[in-house]
Amino acid sequence: MKVLIVGGGKTLYFLCRNFTSKGYEVVIINRNKEECVQLARQLSAVVVCGDGSDADILKDGGAMAADAVLAITPNDQDNLVICQLASLRFGVPRTVALANDPDNAEVFEKLGVSAFSTTHIVGSLIEQCASLEQIINLLPVGEGRVNVTEIVIDADSPVSGKQLKDIDLPENALIAVVIHNGRPIVPRGTNELQAGDRVVLITLPENHGPVLKALTGEMK
Amino acid sequence: MKNNRYIVIVGCGRLGSHLANQLSRAGNSVVVIDRDEATFSNLSPDFSGFRIDGDATQIAVLKEAKLKMADILFATTHDDNVNLMVVQVARKIFQVPHVLARVFDPKREEVYAQLGIDTICPTTVAAEMLFRAVDRAAAEKKGEQP
Repeated sequence: MKVLIVGGGKTLYFLCRNFTSKGYEVVIINRNKEECVQLARQLSAVVVCGDGSDADILKDGGAMAADAVLAITPNDQDNLVICQLASLRFGVPRTVALANDPDNAEVFEKLGVSAFSTTHIVGSLIEQCASLEQIINLLPVGEGRVNVTEIVIDADSPVSGKQLKDIDLPENALIAVVIHNGRPIVPRGTNELQAGDRVVLITLPENHGPVLKALTGEMK
Repeated sequence: MKNNRYIVIVGCGRLGSHLANQLSRAGNSVVVIDRDEATFSNLSPDFSGFRIDGDATQIAVLKEAKLKMADILFATTHDDNVNLMVVQVARKIFQVPHVLARVFDPKREEVYAQLGIDTICPTTVAAEMLFRAVDRAAAEKKGEQP
């Protein structure tokens, strides 16, 4: 997979390191000459110095052959134009823009560009983690429309000792994996939840609270 | 041109302020948005419209300018990408009937024509006029020496 990332800073550096370690081919586009030199030294990625919203620079970065373009500059207008140029002019199949202003995430989607807002993601993570101490991990996927949550079942839980088929879960929720004594199981109706089990849940933001309540007995 | 329209102008530089002054003088309701308050000094003393000090890439600022009611939006900042973003938001989200962006880079202009966004590129306009002037000069010279 070939990924083109436009932007800079620590986010770009760590993202790029993550992608290259997975074996992706990464090209970075950055305006700042000094930062480009630094990045080229630190990472095994091709670095192109220039304005990512300039079609010629995108072409130099190999946009024609890219599978995905990620625009994470601090300027929303640049991120929008980069993604539009990449998809309209170079036919890049997947483009994603960072919306620095959280309101722009919705705006970009309406303009046909996939977008995410770190403020939204981090904000909902903090809110939802802080609301319940049994939550170990929470990951919004599908542009924040689906939550993947990992929780611990404690002895006070109303579902502790119950078989899955006897648990009354709200609609559109799924117990995807149960980790019992460190061993992950994709559960069936006859599996029993026990205190100390870790459960990976799939929920929607609208039923997240009720599902957690059904499994832990507490209301957020 | 009717002179009772509601017109929003983004960018109060030389072009933006010129448009704002003329359109306001002609009797239109004009709102000017610029990130830099100092640029409002470009507006003439008889400018009777509103000034908004804010970043037009933030939808909250466009709402403050009551963009929903606007008949026309001109995006005239020095940043092509700001102009392109603002006109798209104005057209697709606020349903402004007429939007126009100034875009300096001719390559960007082509792409946005595909999206149905009207742009004016000063670079190509100036180049065309210069070519025409060259042709005219050549024709006159031919006329002198038959």
